Amino acid sequence: MTVHVRPTDAKKLIRGATGDWEVVIGMEIHAQVSSNAKLFSGASTAFGGPPNDHVSLVDAAMPGMLPVINRECVAQAVRTGLGLKAQINLRSTFDRKNYFYPDLPQGYQISQFKSPIVGEGEVIVDLLDGESFVVGIERLHLEQDAGKSIHDLSPSLSFVDLNRSGVALMEIVSRPDLRSSEEARAYVTKLRSILRYLGTCDGDMEKGNLRADVNVSVRRPGEPLGTRCEIKNVNSIRFIGQSIEVEARRQIEILEDGGVIDQETRLFDPGKGETRSMRSKEEAHDYRYFPDPDLLPLVLHADFVEGLKGHLPELPDEKKARFIADYGLSPYDASVLVAERDTADYFEQVAKGRDGKAAANFVINELFGRLNKDGKDVTTSPVAPAQVAAIVDLMAEGVISSKIAKDLFEIVYTEGGDPRVLVEERGLKQVTDTGAIEKVVDEIIAANPDKVAQVLAKPTMLGWFVGQAMKASGGKANPQALNDILKRKLGI
Amino acid sequence: MTALNQLTLTEAREGLATGEFTAVELTEAYVSAMAEARTLNAYVLETADKALAMAAESDKRIASGDAGKLEGLPIGVKDMFCTEGVRTTAGSKILGNFVPPYESTVTAQLWREGAVMLGKLNNDEFAMGSSNETSAFGPVVSPWRRENDKAPIVPGGSSGGSAAAVAAYLCAGATGTDTGGSIRQPAAFTGTVGIKPTYGRCSRFGIIAYASSLDQAGPFARTVNDAAILLRSMAGYDPKDSTSVNRAVPDYEDAVGASVKGKRIGIPREYRVEGLDPEIAGMWEEGAQWLRDAGAEVVDISLPHTKYALPAYYIVAPAEASSNLARYDGVRYGLRVPGRDVQEMYERTRATGFGPEVRRRIMIGTYVLSAGYYDAYYVKAQKVRTLIKRDFDDVFALGVDAVLAPATPSPAFGIGEKSHADPVEMYLQDIFTVTVNLAGLPGISVPAGFSCKNLPLGLQLIGRPFEEETLFSLAQVIEDAAGRFPVEDTWWVE
Amino acid sequence: MSVDQATVRRVAHLARVAVSEEELEPLKGELNAILAFVEQLADLDVANVEPMTGVIPMELPMREDVVSDGHYPEKILANAPESEGGFFTVPKVVE
Ligand SMILES: [Mg+2]
Ligand SMILES: [Zn+2]
Repeated sequence: MTVHVRPTDAKKLIRGATGDWEVVIGMEIHAQVSSNAKLFSGASTAFGGPPNDHVSLVDAAMPGMLPVINRECVAQAVRTGLGLKAQINLRSTFDRKNYFYPDLPQGYQISQFKSPIVGEGEVIVDLLDGESFVVGIERLHLEQDAGKSIHDLSPSLSFVDLNRSGVALMEIVSRPDLRSSEEARAYVTKLRSILRYLGTCDGDMEKGNLRADVNVSVRRPGEPLGTRCEIKNVNSIRFIGQSIEVEARRQIEILEDGGVIDQETRLFDPGKGETRSMRSKEEAHDYRYFPDPDLLPLVLHADFVEGLKGHLPELPDEKKARFIADYGLSPYDASVLVAERDTADYFEQVAKGRDGKAAANFVINELFGRLNKDGKDVTTSPVAPAQVAAIVDLMAEGVISSKIAKDLFEIVYTEGGDPRVLVEERGLKQVTDTGAIEKVVDEIIAANPDKVAQVLAKPTMLGWFVGQAMKASGGKANPQALNDILKRKLGI
Repeated sequence: MTALNQLTLTEAREGLATGEFTAVELTEAYVSAMAEARTLNAYVLETADKALAMAAESDKRIASGDAGKLEGLPIGVKDMFCTEGVRTTAGSKILGNFVPPYESTVTAQLWREGAVMLGKLNNDEFAMGSSNETSAFGPVVSPWRRENDKAPIVPGGSSGGSAAAVAAYLCAGATGTDTGGSIRQPAAFTGTVGIKPTYGRCSRFGIIAYASSLDQAGPFARTVNDAAILLRSMAGYDPKDSTSVNRAVPDYEDAVGASVKGKRIGIPREYRVEGLDPEIAGMWEEGAQWLRDAGAEVVDISLPHTKYALPAYYIVAPAEASSNLARYDGVRYGLRVPGRDVQEMYERTRATGFGPEVRRRIMIGTYVLSAGYYDAYYVKAQKVRTLIKRDFDDVFALGVDAVLAPATPSPAFGIGEKSHADPVEMYLQDIFTVTVNLAGLPGISVPAGFSCKNLPLGLQLIGRPFEEETLFSLAQVIEDAAGRFPVEDTWWVE
Repeated sequence: MSVDQATVRRVAHLARVAVSEEELEPLKGELNAILAFVEQLADLDVANVEPMTGVIPMELPMREDVVSDGHYPEKILANAPESEGGFFTVPKVVE
């Protein structure tokens, strides 16, 4: 695995009072494994429910209870590793991370400290401006989630719910390869996209199913790494960006005032737009990791890994390359379409057997725009791919203009129906009958001698005639035919 | 006629099958013996009503021909086994009045075979001890006393209640757990038979953990055959324990009485430790001769890393314990001592709930796992385990079928005699037994002689992994030669 | 290696066991006696030895991904020293 050394990029530097600073970001993403049951117990992973309901005696750490690993969680970690082009470790071990906290029933978290199931890999990240860069993945390991402590239900008590206790998490640790909040956001977006493609994590950040610990440090360009602070549990992509911005600023101010950064754990407060020290976590930690004696080393067989590899879906990077090659899409359009697997599938159903570019244009501009307005996505779209395809075909056949296509789409979107039938029923067909167009053109020329004089002097006035003729034809005149007739009749 | 509670388990099984007496009658005999023996402090909870109800059910099944393998046989349960609806404490204050809503796999298997539960047996707190003096319920008194001496004697530990109860006819058999010798040492001290099977043979599910990589359940009984009967029902694969081995359980009773002709028995020279009690050394030689007489071949062997076993044990076991016992935090069950904040609550709860020996081991374990010490202590100790296991692999590869050694370095001692000593002195009790746990092997302790003060002494046989049958065959040879060691004087009955 | 009082205090805190000032010194002595005992391992060379990971050679068994447990909050809470509204409660934790 190559280590990607990123040269300093001047446009990513942050201007301080005493010069430029480079921000260096690494992330630990906790992604909840998609599974029915927990990592080491048969209790449900379902979100919500009454407190302490999705809890087994194992999850509550009752005396004498023992962990037994869920095969699917192991498979999901391996799939994810394969999706990150990472090393799959055929032998990994589970360690206990010992600490006391009311929502940690065992008094330790079962995690993989020394030998993780997945080693080094990488994620290719695309920015909006077309720049792309590689983020190194250091490791991915399986571990248990803790329960939940609720501190605001009572002035004197914390309430503990163990429903999440024992749910499988993948902790995905990146190298400090990110250089701006925009890059960090793009990285998480991309990683989330890969996980969703793989079906190994639903990426639902609102439910906390994907959350980030963000390590931020700043340095003068070219200098060694500065002291980092870890911002814990940031649970939206927007907040990841904001927390990096404010944390980098905070560190720069301290350094420029001649201070030093204390390595510590901080919490991002979106309301106040600041990060603050988590004192409770600051107490000297000594996790006393050691191999969990209740579990043996996890040994994977090569055919198990190969079997999973054989059933891996096409991932965003490959799909993007294929869309560019097969459908002639621009890299930007391809990126937009592959961001979500459902979107890409939808697009392909529209594009199959027709002009990919036209399909992409319509899907991105018309369909996405309209869905967005309603807060919907392709999975909840009232318009099926076949309906969009029919509209694209009608345009390609010259039956409707692109303007009519928009109107037709709106009808299909709100009322439903077969676009071909609608075009007939509602008389939306483009008029290509030159006789009919000529008639309209003749009437306009006759009624507007002043404009005729103007257009002869200034040919750009032709647009006015086009507009008038379109209006008179109810927008149905074939624009090409109309243009040709106008030019011929006006002699320009 | 022998009182019903003095029958062996094998005899009781016969009597129930032939209808000589009923399970209720047998259980009543035990229930009244238990009531008369409270001085011994063997039980921390007697479940007479439950026992009689279970016995009545057994009688019905016997009558209808649906009897299980242990139908109607009254058993005591070490308080390390979680028993559904029955208070389980691990001999600690920290569990308070914990009533498990679940049953350990091993005890569930006993009840499934028709056994009757008499109650919960005392043990050293969290099985940490070799004399049963660390129990929050106070020490267990052995039914044995030195000749012409009324001073109370320890039954050994940590399964002291189990050993004492079996020896004093307070149950037909009992469950124990053995992490460093906690079945074999008390069996030796009380003239009973105790076997720690191969690691993974019995499920650990529902047994309160002390040191997970060493803990293993096993039975106590008054004869080798009784132990074989009990182990068959206790053992077996359990998908709820990841370290449980999926392997058929043989009928161990078939091995009892089988010929040992041609078996090769190793005598490890490293067990001839300095200061070994001469009467123990004598018994050891006698035991070897009995096996020779039965057709076995006795050879000298070397287990060169033996002397490192106890130090390695006192790193690995406390380390695992420090983590296993972190769950006793006053949040979900057991004792809670309030504090200003949650940290103070934890610290007060654990300082009050755990006794001194448990606190000491938690602290040693915490220390050896802490940053900067982990490699020097824990990793090193685990490497020593590899060497110790290799020692045994090597002798087994030479054709040795079992190793014969003393079970303990001395006979039982008096209550209080060692409790004020340096903790290490007590730890030396396990010098002959811990190697077996570190290597995961089966080991059986069988009574083989008396000390000059008339206290029983035990011999230990160590076998290849999953060859408990060999141990039962060899142990029966010793039992046949040495005779049985029943307590004659039931002095505790007031 | 041996421990001093400060180490005893630190370890006691890591283990969440309250230790009074008077207990520190005797505890230090006991811990050092045990440490001196285990120190015997120092004269053993284990450079090329693998640490034991399991005494019985076997593979980690795996469970199928089916929901087979849980849905008994009453059992989970049955032994709770304090609970309210289906939650365990503890003195308020300040983050
Ligand atoms: Mg982390
Ligand atoms: Zn983590």
